[in-house]
Parts: sequence; C-alpha cells; structure tokens
Amino acid sequence: MSAVLSQRRELLRSIIRRHKRWDAVFGVLGLLAMMVGVLTLAALFVNMALDGIPRLTGDFFTSFPSRRAGQAGILSAWVGSVLVMMVTALFAVPVGIAGAVYLEEYAKKNWFTDIIEINISNLAGVPSIVYGLLALGLFVYAFGLGQSILTAGLTLGLLILPIVIVTTRESLRAIPQHVREGAYACGATQWQVVQDHLLPYGTPGILTGVIIALSRAIGETAPIITIGALTFIAFLPPVPFAGDPPAGMFDWLFSPFTVMPIQIFNWTSRPDAAFQANAAAASFVLVFMTLGMNAVAIWLRYRLRKNIKW
Amino acid sequence: MTSTTTTTGVAVTPQPSGGASKLAEYAQLKLQRKRRERLIEGVLLLAACVSVFTTLGIVYILLKESVLFFSHVPLWSFLTDTQWTPLFDDAHFGIAVLLAGTVSSSLVALVIAIPLGTIIAIYLSEFAGHKTRETMKPLLELLSGVPTIIYGYFALLFVTPMLQKIYPDLPGFNVLAAGIVMGIMIIPYVSSLAEDAMRAVPMSLREGSYAMGATRFQTAVKVVVPAALSGIAAAYILGISRAVGETMILAVAAGMQPNLTLNPLEPAATITSYIVQVALGDLPHGSIGYQTIFAAGLMLMVLTLLFNLVGYWMRRRFREAY
Repeated sequence: MSAVLSQRRELLRSIIRRHKRWDAVFGVLGLLAMMVGVLTLAALFVNMALDGIPRLTGDFFTSFPSRRAGQAGILSAWVGSVLVMMVTALFAVPVGIAGAVYLEEYAKKNWFTDIIEINISNLAGVPSIVYGLLALGLFVYAFGLGQSILTAGLTLGLLILPIVIVTTRESLRAIPQHVREGAYACGATQWQVVQDHLLPYGTPGILTGVIIALSRAIGETAPIITIGALTFIAFLPPVPFAGDPPAGMFDWLFSPFTVMPIQIFNWTSRPDAAFQANAAAASFVLVFMTLGMNAVAIWLRYRLRKNIKW
Repeated sequence: MTSTTTTTGVAVTPQPSGGASKLAEYAQLKLQRKRRERLIEGVLLLAACVSVFTTLGIVYILLKESVLFFSHVPLWSFLTDTQWTPLFDDAHFGIAVLLAGTVSSSLVALVIAIPLGTIIAIYLSEFAGHKTRETMKPLLELLSGVPTIIYGYFALLFVTPMLQKIYPDLPGFNVLAAGIVMGIMIIPYVSSLAEDAMRAVPMSLREGSYAMGATRFQTAVKVVVPAALSGIAAAYILGISRAVGETMILAVAAGMQPNLTLNPLEPAATITSYIVQVALGDLPHGSIGYQTIFAAGLMLMVLTLLFNLVGYWMRRRFREAY
C-alpha cells in the first residue's frame, strides 16, 4: 500500500521536475535572446571604435572632406547637422506642442478629431524615405526652396512631428484633472491654464520626447538623400553679416549642405579602406551624439518618474 | 469680476460712483479675453492640422507623379514585367524585381526579429524581475536608437566578412547580412509592443492558471500568449512594416542591382534602395526616371499603409477584449 503511494508520489515529483525544467530552460533562452541584441550592440561599438578612434583627432573635426582620406574631416558635416537640427527643432517643437495641446485640451470628440488622430498614428508608420519624396516634390520643386538647409530641416521636422505630438500628449495626460479644475475655479481662461500650469508641469516629459525625436532626426539619412543633398561640400554656410559682400541674416538657410549620415554614407560606399576608417570615425561621433541624447532622455524620464508625486 | 482681476490686476473693490461704467469696462475686457482665447484656439487647431496637410501632401505628390509615370508605362507591364531597367535605352519597368528584393530582405529580417522579439517579450513580461526589466528594456531600446546608416556600415564591413568565413562564395553585397542586421534592429519594436500586450492581460488569468498548478512556462505559453495574441500580431505587423520601409541598411550592404530572385545570398535592389540610387544620381526633374521613384514610393506607401491598417485594427480588437 505505502509502496504504491510512494511510487505515485515519485511519479508526480518527476512530472513536476520535468515541467519546472522548462521554466529554467526558458529563463536561459530569454537571457540568450537578449544577449543577441546586447552583443550586437557591443560588437558594433567595438568594431567602430577599433576602426575609427585612430582617426579621431582634432583635425578630423576641423577639416573639410577631401580626396585624400588622411586629410578628410567632418567639419561641413557636423556644422550641417547642427544647423539642420536647429531648423527641425524650431519647426517641430512649437507646431508639435501646439497640436498636442489642441488635441488633448481643446478638441471636442467628433469625426474631425478622429481623422487627425488616426492620421497621426498613420504618419508615425510611414517610411522615412516617403517623407523624402514629399519634400522633393513639394519643398524642392513646387515651393522652389532648393536642396537647402531649410528644406532638410522642414522635412525632418515633419518626420518627427508625430513623435513630438504623441509624447507631449502623454505628459499632458499624466497631469491630474484637479490641477485644471483648481485653475478654472480661480477664474483662469483655458489658455491661462495651459500656459501657466499644464506646459510648465509637462515640461520634463515634453523635453524627453523632443530629445528622443531629435536623436532620431539627426541619424536620418534616406529623406535627406532623396531631396538630393550633395555628398561633397567643402565650404560652410554663410555666417550672417560676415564676408564680402555681407551675407544676409537668413542666407544660410538656403545654402547647400551635407550632414553627418550622408558623409558616412559617402565614405562607406567607397572601396578604399582608408575612407572606411573615416566612416567608422564619423559613425562613432554620430552614435555618440544620438545615444548621448537618448541617455539624457532616459535619465530625465527616470528622474521625472521618481520626483513627481501629485 | 474676480476673473478679470487675475488678468488685468485692477483694483478689486468697485467704486461707489461710476459703477455702471466699471461694469461696462469689465464687459469690454471679457469680450477681449474671449476673442483672444478664440484666436489661440484657432492657431492651435492649425498646428494640429499640419499632420493632415502632410498626409494630403504625400498622397498628392505621389499620385501626381505616378499618374504621369503611368501615362508612359501601362500599369499591366509595371506589375508583370520581369526586368527593371528604367535608366537604360531599352527601358523595362517591372516592379516585381524591386518587390522581390524587398520581400527577401524583409523575410530574413523577420526570421530573426519575430522569434527573438517574442522570446524577449515573454521573458520580460513573465519571467524577469523588476530590476532586470528596468535595466534591459532601455538597453534594448538603444538598438532602435542607432542610426540605420551605421547599421549599414556594420552589415557591410563586419557581418558580411564574418558570414564569408562560413560561406566563402558570398558576394560582398548581399541581402543576407543586411537582413540579419535589419532583424536585430527591429527586435525592440516587436518585443516592446508584444510585451505591452502581454502585460495588459489581467493578473487574474495568471493567478487562475497558477492555482491549477501550472508552471510559469505553461502559464506564459498557454494562457498569457493566447490572451494577448492580437496585440502580439500587431507587434509583428509593425515589425514587417518597419522592415519593408527600411532603406539605408539595404542601400549600403545589399548592393543596388535589380535582381529578380528571392535568394538572400545574392545582391538585390529593394524599392527603398532604388529610390536612394536614383536620388544620388542627377536625374532631371520631370524625366521618366524621376517619375519612377514616385511610382516606387507609391507602391511602398500602399504596402506600409496596408500593414499599418491591419495592425491598427488588430490593436483595436485586442483592447476590446477586456
């Protein structure tokens, strides 16, 4: 009798053990799957660092691209990237925040609002190269803006607009309703509520979204190639009021340009290993910029989650 | 009255004499405030509409140039021709050639991204402790933060040489390396959306399963995954639409030769890399070559729109489940 019982108990235990083994196996499998991602990231960095760091001298940042790989630098590329990002931010941040405020605080629930919302979530899924085609047809030819910093900035601005809108809406939504009600009770108008309460309280969240959006824009290559940006630029955009005859205030907006990702693309597509080392070095700088921006955003989000208690 | 004092800062106590004129003044201020509010609302609405204008602009530009293109090239030969040589004298416009490149590269990417993304999602949602999740998620998100041009560089100069050690006949430009790197890039898109779907499954379902004596693995695979299935499917579809629209990795590492094959060991051009190739050259505005990139873009837009709509519909369905 007891022999049968203990035999059954043994059987049960072995079944449980077998099932628990799957738990352990999957635990390892999950870690391995994540390791694939992390190791790729690590390989990418190490590979880039080994190839690129010897080229990262001061001259690399202060020289124009050149026929000779050893003398080539990223001066026009990083200046172009910074200027394009300025235009992008100046366009996308106000428009994105204003649109988000409208949708979150003002919009009534009707078909028109629905259209805008569906539209934004659809735009977030449009491949970036399609924005390039839009810009080529519209900004470059229909509006006659040419292949300029302004065109590139506006294109990337449109590209990141959905990201800015979505993150701004999220941070506005996280502000409790009683903040709005308190302000209204004191007689504030809707805009006063937005300006004096919602936007200040939402700033950390909005800032996080803007940084993430810009970090995506700075690495975008396809739309900028599509508008026909040149790959070999050995001059800088005109500085306002400098030079002879003095450049106008906004002349730089219409200047031809190149940006970091395009410079990298240009160097990568040459068979010469010396140019590929340049590409690695420039990639290193670009990754440093984007991941640095991402890290700041993640840190901001983390701090924000810890500090605010309504 | 209190409301006007907040904006104008005028004295709160009304004067005994001239009360009527004060009232008129307040009414005037109120009207001004209302007008200003109306104006601000209009400006905000306009900003919200920029996204609608963007979509309209995309559709308009793509259709306008495509209509011109299809007046030269019949739609039937566009869909059935087996050659893509738009810039040659003997021009052929068979989109199937570019589509083959897009399909084979996306397939390679999905073979990597879907299993890994799913395993990671299940692991993070059902197995990992709080600390592991909080450290691994941002780390994985970095994968999608790296600019794609850098992945292109990595695929061409690191992954391809590595694959060539295993398979020496592999050409320097090939779809395989580009697809693998693209798949790894897509992992976080798939895993984070799938994980969100699984975390939205109510705790009571898991507790019921544990109460019946199921293990973690059994609960995850037999209870949580089926319950979150439509959300997981939406994650896959987002991954597919990313893969189809990805440009730079393919332009750098897959070569840009049109090639009607699904074999990932060969070089191929995709819809996206063709657009890049043409844009790099100097095609005159209005030429047939210029119009082809818009027709190709329209094809791409239709494909991704289709995937996005299916994904959107699936997410809606999965939200209604609980």
